[in-house]
Amino acid sequence: MNMELSRRAFLLTAGAGVAGTALGAFGFGDVEAAYAAAIRPFKLVNTTETRNTCTYCSVACGIILYSKGDLRKGETAEITYIEGDSDHPTNRGTLCPKGAALLSIVKSKTRLTYPMVRRPGSDRFERISWDEALDKIVRVLKDDRDKNFIALNEAGVTVNRWVTSGILAASATTNETAFATYKVMRSTGMLAFDNQARV
Amino acid sequence: MTNSWTDIRNTDLVVIMGGNAAEAHPCGFKWVTEAKANRGAKLIVVDPRFNRSASVADFYAPIRQGTDIAFLLGLINYCMLNDKVQWDYVKTFTNASFLVKEGFTYRDGLFTGYDEQKRDYDRATWEYEIGPDGYAAVDETLQHPRSVWTLLKQHVAMYTPELVERICGTPRDKFLAVAQMVSECSSPTKTMTSMYALGWTQHSKGSQNIRTMAMLQLILGNIGVRGGGMNALRGHSNIQGLTDVGLLSNSLPGYMNLATDREPDLAAYMSTRGFRPLRPNQTSYWQNYRKFLVSFLKSMWGPAATAQNDFGFDWLPKLDVPNYDILRAFELMKQGKMTAYLCQGFNPLQAFPNKAKLVEGLSKLKLLVVMDPLETETARFWENHGIYNDVDTAAIQTEVIQLPTTCFAEDEGALVNSGRWLQWHWPGGTPPGEAQPDTWIMAQIHLRLKALYRTEGGAFPDPILNLHWPYKDPGLPTPEELTKEMNGYIVADVPDPADPAKKLLEAGKQVANFGQLRDDGSTACGCWIFAGSFTEAGNMMARRDNADPDDTGAYPNWSFSWPANRRILYNRASADINGKPWDPSRKLLEWDGQRWTGYDVPDIAPNAKPRDVGPFIMNAEGVGRLFARGMMRDGPFPVHYEPFESPVANVIAPKVRGNPVARVFADDFAQFADVASPEFPYAATSYRLTEHFHYWTKNNHVNAVLQPEFFVEISEELAKEKGVAKGGWVRVWSKRGSVFAKAVVTKRIKPMICDGKTIHIVGIPIHWGFVGAAKKGFPANVLTPFVGDANIETPEFKAFLVNLEASTGPASV
Repeated sequence: MNMELSRRAFLLTAGAGVAGTALGAFGFGDVEAAYAAAIRPFKLVNTTETRNTCTYCSVACGIILYSKGDLRKGETAEITYIEGDSDHPTNRGTLCPKGAALLSIVKSKTRLTYPMVRRPGSDRFERISWDEALDKIVRVLKDDRDKNFIALNEAGVTVNRWVTSGILAASATTNETAFATYKVMRSTGMLAFDNQARV
Repeated sequence: MTNSWTDIRNTDLVVIMGGNAAEAHPCGFKWVTEAKANRGAKLIVVDPRFNRSASVADFYAPIRQGTDIAFLLGLINYCMLNDKVQWDYVKTFTNASFLVKEGFTYRDGLFTGYDEQKRDYDRATWEYEIGPDGYAAVDETLQHPRSVWTLLKQHVAMYTPELVERICGTPRDKFLAVAQMVSECSSPTKTMTSMYALGWTQHSKGSQNIRTMAMLQLILGNIGVRGGGMNALRGHSNIQGLTDVGLLSNSLPGYMNLATDREPDLAAYMSTRGFRPLRPNQTSYWQNYRKFLVSFLKSMWGPAATAQNDFGFDWLPKLDVPNYDILRAFELMKQGKMTAYLCQGFNPLQAFPNKAKLVEGLSKLKLLVVMDPLETETARFWENHGIYNDVDTAAIQTEVIQLPTTCFAEDEGALVNSGRWLQWHWPGGTPPGEAQPDTWIMAQIHLRLKALYRTEGGAFPDPILNLHWPYKDPGLPTPEELTKEMNGYIVADVPDPADPAKKLLEAGKQVANFGQLRDDGSTACGCWIFAGSFTEAGNMMARRDNADPDDTGAYPNWSFSWPANRRILYNRASADINGKPWDPSRKLLEWDGQRWTGYDVPDIAPNAKPRDVGPFIMNAEGVGRLFARGMMRDGPFPVHYEPFESPVANVIAPKVRGNPVARVFADDFAQFADVASPEFPYAATSYRLTEHFHYWTKNNHVNAVLQPEFFVEISEELAKEKGVAKGGWVRVWSKRGSVFAKAVVTKRIKPMICDGKTIHIVGIPIHWGFVGAAKKGFPANVLTPFVGDANIETPEFKAFLVNLEASTGPASV
């Protein structure tokens, strides 16, 4: 699906072939080789193309990510360029001022890279491990749930709710993340559970 | 959207009101341009600002923010008075002919049953009269004094062009020009599309703004047809999906909802969800509710969900109040009643109203967890940034954990666009540092919580211990595993009733569509409306065939459109009562004598005879509702209510403040400016710029360069009156906070005359904060009021009051 021959690589090969043949037909045999050598390789030829969707608004324009390295081969991949997907029916390759600058949000200096903690009263974040962060979170959640879970209301009806902790879910994540979040959070009885659609 | 972005090419008239598509959805707006260029379509923009959509419109009419209902009821009144009604459509496809119960009335801005103390209605009279046959009574002549049509006619009669001008400030001639253009679309061969966004939702009566336009579209016969519809442009890429999967306080996936305390068990819960048809032969598709619900419960709790335990119905929480929405959550935080709060890719310190209240709430938490690809103000709410975030850091005892997550370019899965297309995407890059996908974080929280409950015990561990977690790597469910659960699968063989040797459904297979779901526990389905998205034939969301037979704009084999790959909702309404397309040049479906054929998946049974079954299959009536019965808290018909902070009293009901049933917390009422307050004389509104996306792109160097600095927009008249220079500093303040901004003095905003009073408009873009690559600036929510829509609690960001003065800027403070 997203592993098809790069359109650009295909066009480049076809184009160079035509140029070479035309020159050859006029009897400039050596020039042909020299000319071909003089053409700077197209900069995206050695990149991996991946189909993706712009992360901003719900027009959900099709985009193509160009990476050095291929995740499907287990390689580290660095995205070097992003453009609109001309095959996409909605945007037909176009992007707006936000979509056109997607690469610099992927590479923003303010991307988060490590789990951090800000301790009570502190004026800074400190790095912690994932294990430590997750254990802390789960400890607080469980203690709060154990203390404040409401199994029965005053009328004796089973209500099984927990309203003293909450979550705001992401709207930039996938349906699949949403469903995993739904299962994990709703199974605790959590009700203060909303997402960006509220605003 | 009822339709899709690519369908806008089929329209004759685009009305952009409550949105600004050219600026906020530029690549979708190209389909407006396409319709204008290829069909000669016209574009009308109605907005307080002459915005970028207005700059390419055929007609622009100004309107004071928060008065859209008066304008739209004025349009309905115009169409009714001038016989600009798609009569065949209205008579057969709407509830115009239905009779309303005796005793229902409307007076002075209120309907029957209002309780001022509770700020709520007893909605008992907002119902149909039920005839001796058990169905809703109708009068096909529409002449009955209690027919919906008669009542609507009376209800809208006061909204004359003169009243519209008094309330909205739209000059009468401009309103009439819009009315004339809109009313032409009552022809069966002319369609209008409505494109709206937060400009309609972010009001204390946002739901009714949208409903009023939907009523107009029904009267014009524009729902279910190509180039028509109600098209919510929607915000984030995947806000639609998150809503579909039901990540809202009171929701279950697929637009089902949680039980309340009044519904102690599954039988009681289902007793109000029978959806018995209100007219003979109607589909009333929600009659399948129990199948969707039981299948959802099976996806949650797998083998532990059995008929004996009501499939785990009690393991879902029940609501004692309508919603624990975000506004209520922050109110509870402020009261010191919340312990921990998790923000997954969400920056509420910028996104919710009254920033001071939000900081106060967050400061009372024990733990705040922020999962995000980027730095956010929320994660650093405790950090002092001078006037931009003037907090006492040492006094804030909240522990904050910030977790790095992957971004769109590094993850895989489906996103739903505004047109309900589920589009699969693939990862192209390695995440930075130790960033992890949100699915991994959720799995880790679940596994660790489950382990603690196993070892320590604790409060009611059953729903956690029994949660169905069938993933190959329990610590990292894959997108494919999760999406297959949402599509639904067969749990147990179902024999063919015709031949018990054969299987109707075979255990282990994906369901092909939601028609296969059952209420006996033999199927599981995480989100019934997504059924068909990942079947035995594979991942339908990954389809990339962009062929569009006959150029209808449908692109039927591109991705998957819920429900059932249907591209236009209510598409049976594109044909008349006999099944002939209203407009043969825009055929969508047609009855060929045996079945429905055409360009889309019909939304009624393919062999349902056209005269028998109505097109609005989700409604028990089978028709569209001009009268909403008791389904809207604030009235079966829309009414003009002023914003809570309004520069004028409500002309039609001076005693009514704001939306009379909107929930307001006591402390917040005290923080509203009075009606027509001399202290806060200017009508403010907030909005977005094309160069920025909410609060994310200030982290982006390119966008920070394009729009580096916070500003407000005011008219030349107000600038002159207040001695404000172009590009000079101003201070703007509301009853909740104060900001400094550069002034953009512009002709795009003009003072309006409402009920004889000059109203100045102040425009406030929302994109700045104290984190990121752009200059530090104030977010608009320093100023905005803490009140939401009466039905769904979306905050009133679009209409509030401020004062303004020339200033020397923040340095002088």
